Amino acid sequence: MFDAKSILETINMIKVNNLDIRTVTLSLSLRDCIDKDIKVVGENIRNKILKYAKNLCNYANEIENEYSIPIVNKRIAVTPISLIGESSKDMNYVYLAKVLDEVATEVNVDFIGGYSALVEKGFTKGDLALIESIPEALSSTKKICSSVNLASSKAGINMDAVLKMSKIIKETARLTANEDGIGAAKLVCFCNAPNDNPFMAGAFHGIGESECQLNIGVSGPGVVSAAIEKLPKDVDFGTLANAIKKIAFKITTTGELVGRELANKLNIPFGVIDLSLAPTPNPGDSVAGIFKAMGLQHAGACGTTAALAMLNDAVKKGGIMASSYVGGLSGAFIPVSEDALMIDAVKKGCLTFDKLEAMTSVCSVGLDMIAIPGETPSDTIAGIIADEMAIGMINKKTTAVRIIPVPNKTVGEMAIYGGLLGEAPIMKVNTLSSSCFVNHGGQIPAPIHSLNN
Amino acid sequence: MENDKKIIVTVSGIDKTGIVAKITTKLAQYNVNIEDIKQSICQGYFVMFLLGCFENSNYSFKDIKSALLEVGNEMELEVWVQKRQIFDNMHKI
Repeated sequence: MFDAKSILETINMIKVNNLDIRTVTLSLSLRDCIDKDIKVVGENIRNKILKYAKNLCNYANEIENEYSIPIVNKRIAVTPISLIGESSKDMNYVYLAKVLDEVATEVNVDFIGGYSALVEKGFTKGDLALIESIPEALSSTKKICSSVNLASSKAGINMDAVLKMSKIIKETARLTANEDGIGAAKLVCFCNAPNDNPFMAGAFHGIGESECQLNIGVSGPGVVSAAIEKLPKDVDFGTLANAIKKIAFKITTTGELVGRELANKLNIPFGVIDLSLAPTPNPGDSVAGIFKAMGLQHAGACGTTAALAMLNDAVKKGGIMASSYVGGLSGAFIPVSEDALMIDAVKKGCLTFDKLEAMTSVCSVGLDMIAIPGETPSDTIAGIIADEMAIGMINKKTTAVRIIPVPNKTVGEMAIYGGLLGEAPIMKVNTLSSSCFVNHGGQIPAPIHSLNN
Repeated sequence: MENDKKIIVTVSGIDKTGIVAKITTKLAQYNVNIEDIKQSICQGYFVMFLLGCFENSNYSFKDIKSALLEVGNEMELEVWVQKRQIFDNMHKI
């Protein structure tokens, strides 16, 4: 027996509202690849990735066909590479980046994440060497994604690392100037980075994770918009939140089915499902569209932060009900360049940098895919990162900064990336100086975890 | 898993003679047993849902799906062939 209404609803979600499995991410430990000789490290990495990931794309395509649900991206996340290259004599991290890039091409994944370092409380020699190699690594490869954890609620904010990353971001953008600084679009600074996030650019295989697992990222802002649009305009917030929870439940169970099937075929454990409303530039696939469906004139209107807070929370609640293994970032992403209506809101002056920052205190990630003038001083970028890290540190949540100082472009112009990365209007940034503050050096101490006011 | 061999076929498009015949003939050729079927016409628009089981078929899911999509192409119909689990997972608590 079957229920025709349910079948039509499912098909409609996929066909009309862009429901998809945004990413299947093979998360793999490389800790057994360490060697004194960097060439041996490279060879070990290559062999290990080929062993585990050679069938990832084929099996993902099979499952896509069986359920007729698109699996948009196939990716790999590895142990932070700062740890893997550190024991080799010359710490030639760029060599490892090139190995990772080649093997990613060989197994046909679109990105490989984990060119990363965790430095919230200080640098090791390897961490420093990796961070300094990021501009060259990202400008000489295509598929590498890099992330650096600069802060946590337990450790505070490593301001030396914040300052260093502001310069690294500018340099990475400069080296990829002919593509509007695309290198910086593959580089993210974190506070409280999750160990099992399947989404790029921040995916890496955390230290406490198992040998290998499959993490799934599911999306569907269009499905959520459609569910809200079906409600009468005058429903109360409880009803609105319930509608979001119900649809989040449906999306999550579907994602878990696909994740478990694929993990089974690959003969590896299923890790987590990350239900994140991740927009794409396609029509109807917009988080800003959800704000409109909720009754705001446009993203950026007063009330947007409250709408996002409720959306983020309801998505998590629906997801938690659907699966015992919800992880990663889980919530709503607000990347500017990847969301057609966010782009529109910025272009029309409805959504400012400062409002976006406020929104990041309740969204699931942070300042994401924001283009700023190429001439923005690195100290100002350090100030932006420090603010975002502080929001995450105090609120005990993940926050991130993926910002692109677009070389030779300024406010009013567009940075064009294409594909999922989309295009970004260059946003105005506060021009007051942050120099003296960000150059104090050292660590912003860990916050108190009581007296929560 | 019992459900692993069950498929839901959804066919929609402009109504014309022989849609059910062509789809079910193809299913019979591929030894897919029909366990349930619902069909209706709404403002000249044909919609059919069909639960099939290919437990005793020598053909794979992929073969069966391709064959049915081909019928869809020939008759200018939209045909979806999906394993049943996606509906069970999505709509049952």
